[in-house]
Amino acid sequence: MTSQSAPARNKSSIRWMLRFPWIPMIILFMVFSSALLGPIITPHKHGALNLGLAMKPPFWQENGSMSYPLGTDNMGRDILSRIIMGARITAIVALWAIPFSGAIGALMGMIAGYFGGKIDMLIMRLVDIQMSVPSLALALILAASLKPGVATVIIVIVVTYWTWYARIVRGEVLSLKERDFIALARVAGCSAWSILLKHFLPNIFNTLLVLATLQLGSVITYEASLSFLGLGIQPPDVSWGLMLADARPYITVAWWVIALPGLAIVITCLGSNLFGDWLRDTLDPKRRQL
Amino acid sequence: MRVLQGIVCVIGASVIIFIASRVSGDVTLLLLPPDAQPEQHEIMRRELGLDKPYVVQYLIFASKAVRGDFGNSYRWQMPALQLVLERLPATIQLAVCALIFSVMTALFFGVLSAVYQGSWFDNFGKIFALLGQAMPGFWVGLMFILFFAVKLGILPAFGREGYEHFILPAITLGWYSVAAQTRMVRSAMLDVLDSDYIQTARAVGVPKKILIWKYALRNAAVPLVTMLGVYFAAMLGGSFIIETIFAWPGVGRTVVDAIFARDYPVVQAGVLFTSIFYVFSNLLVDLTYGLIDPRIRYVR
Amino acid sequence: MAVREKIPLLSVENLKTYLFLRRGVVKAVDGVSFQVQERETLGIVGESGSGKSMTCLSILRLIPEPAGRIVEGKIILDGTDILQVDEQEMASQVRGRKISMISQDPLTSLNPVFSIGDQVGGPFRYHGLKKDRKGIREAVVDVLRRVRIPSPAQRLKDYPYQFSGGMRQRVVAAMAIACGPRLLIADEPTSALDVTIQIQMLQLLEEIQQETNVGLILITHDLGVAAYICQRIAVMYAGRIVEFGDVRTIYKKPSHPYTQALLNSVPRLGEKKKRLFNIEGQPPDLLNPPIGCAFWPRCDRRRDICQQEYPPTIPIDREGYASCWLLT
Repeated sequence: MTSQSAPARNKSSIRWMLRFPWIPMIILFMVFSSALLGPIITPHKHGALNLGLAMKPPFWQENGSMSYPLGTDNMGRDILSRIIMGARITAIVALWAIPFSGAIGALMGMIAGYFGGKIDMLIMRLVDIQMSVPSLALALILAASLKPGVATVIIVIVVTYWTWYARIVRGEVLSLKERDFIALARVAGCSAWSILLKHFLPNIFNTLLVLATLQLGSVITYEASLSFLGLGIQPPDVSWGLMLADARPYITVAWWVIALPGLAIVITCLGSNLFGDWLRDTLDPKRRQL
Repeated sequence: MRVLQGIVCVIGASVIIFIASRVSGDVTLLLLPPDAQPEQHEIMRRELGLDKPYVVQYLIFASKAVRGDFGNSYRWQMPALQLVLERLPATIQLAVCALIFSVMTALFFGVLSAVYQGSWFDNFGKIFALLGQAMPGFWVGLMFILFFAVKLGILPAFGREGYEHFILPAITLGWYSVAAQTRMVRSAMLDVLDSDYIQTARAVGVPKKILIWKYALRNAAVPLVTMLGVYFAAMLGGSFIIETIFAWPGVGRTVVDAIFARDYPVVQAGVLFTSIFYVFSNLLVDLTYGLIDPRIRYVR
Repeated sequence: MAVREKIPLLSVENLKTYLFLRRGVVKAVDGVSFQVQERETLGIVGESGSGKSMTCLSILRLIPEPAGRIVEGKIILDGTDILQVDEQEMASQVRGRKISMISQDPLTSLNPVFSIGDQVGGPFRYHGLKKDRKGIREAVVDVLRRVRIPSPAQRLKDYPYQFSGGMRQRVVAAMAIACGPRLLIADEPTSALDVTIQIQMLQLLEEIQQETNVGLILITHDLGVAAYICQRIAVMYAGRIVEFGDVRTIYKKPSHPYTQALLNSVPRLGEKKKRLFNIEGQPPDLLNPPIGCAFWPRCDRRRDICQQEYPPTIPIDREGYASCWLLT
């Protein structure tokens, strides 16, 4: 029997390597490195207007050239550069909005779940009420009230998304609350806050992590929607959603201006969704025994 | 009891909308041309009742709203409520069409994927669902316009004249939910196909087609149908952006325009009504469950 | 009494059903042969995993695909080999019409979202026996009455959850006998029922048999049930029949060690024993069945040859046989 375990271990690490989400990681790596390196790697300055070269198609079509590989938009700006800078903005928004909304949501969820009673009812009522307003509408109103821009977008996303985390975290907390190790901690005299931090948090962390990764695609789409409607990222900053809005009047003439930024969104969302799925499967406690 | 909760939600929603609108401070700054005199600001503020403290403003708003008076639109000098109600049918129609589309697609693909589990159809469906979920709905709409309206010229992209105008917007609006619904149907169907009662039906000779589309489907559709309310609410939420893309004369587009113009009475009326429908359709979820699963019907 | 040579209703010849899993091949049914006459009850007895359910699923060709497959054998019903029949004919002509099954768990055997009138009407509708709604309704009421459901006409619109376990089992029985099958397979029909209801179920099966001359295969792990209603018994172990015979012979003079062990496991009133008899060991792993006789690891009288070669079939009395080296 013991002779069987050695090959079994090799087999499972090979399987692990096969299952590892290489493509999503590559996608995400590309996005984040664009975000980091940003201006360094863009072939042209993303804001550089060059009306003489406006509406050039991508390099594989007639009239295109390799110096503007993905073509130019109506104002002669290089699309590839703008996509790369758009990745930067997307990354910034995501990196601020997701942790904040997650933290606030988790905090509210933990408080509601742990303390129960009136506090729970209050917080959940708040969640319900907020979820009664269609999120995009709320976002638009808020964005219009505050000045549109990167900061506003982040704030709006945090305000809209915390409710998801709160609900799920509360559920987890409720199911953990009855477990023995919590009762033991209580008996030992730990204060409520230390229990929450030291005992609950590590257990819900996995769920939070998975949720955050799965939210990435949603946040990107959300930001794109806001920018598309004009209430998100403003020029001279670039966002993929903004590029789509700019391209809209030219849809009959130049397909690439509208298709390519959208494709960037799709690929990024795909990457993050797949990554999130893999993460969820790997962290699933039922799988950990393998 | 649930209805009471719903009403609380709507009231709360109105508060949130109210607050969100006022967050910026002085509305008149945006309504008047930049070179207007301070006195003009004052006059406008008083006219619109914006000089009173916020709480008072809200109470005035609420008391009027309950009676159906949402004030007049700042732009059109028409009652805001009327503007909204005129456009509400268009939005509801679109949302219903979108829901029908997504449900039919989900049932078709979900059932067949489950029945032919592991086949190329199933794998193709899985990949398609994956891609579909990654594509933002409004981009899909734009691509549809690009492809069908511009390149091929067979479907209209704007307006609401004939029934063919419904096609692209409805598909785009329904797009958001198709992937999730298909997965739900497929998973439910797989469970049902494994069940004892399907084996019993097979054992007494029920033909395969009827087995799938009558017996198994009814069981597998239960989780989907119970969520219909939630999905309808999602359609309403998506209407804001989809209606803008397709120039659809519904509440969504009106509200978006009003937000840009800071036309608050219209914004409040529009979003509030959407919220009412939103809450209402979520409530409907509980009621439909009783209709489908006879066991629940009697437990009440 | 003269022995009449009748053409058997059902003749199973060398049936082999294997399950092709990722981990290996499970020989669920490995060379099973038997016959059932009209108006006769054959009991198939064995532990879980012995292959008894699989045998009957094979007869109805309801084995789980794509993993399962009938790899060899003939199943001849009234002269026709139904393994050669195509699936559509199987569904429309055989299942429910010539062969029917009553399955094990009444709580999950009925579809919860359809009324029982709808479900029991199914067989009539899909075998074309009755065309119009009224005709179907009458037929349903009639068959429900035959299985002793009280006030059937009023209960047509009721749902399964409104019936007790025993009643639901009867509804399943009604679905099975609706079209007057020639062969009825009852897969542990009493296992999920209370003891008091079990007798009622068995009596019902007997009545049905007397009314319709149907041949009955009863699958069970309960020897008492088998003794009550069966004329002949097949004892299965690890996918094969290890002993076959007349019920009285088997109970009075069991030949195979497994059969003997089974009978010894049933505590008898009046006997004073300090410990309940238990068959040692575990049921065989069907992925890696032992070579030779599958029972040898647990047999208390095993010999060396049991481990090496599968024992031959030794006839016993008129109709019985057993596969054991001890009998040679």
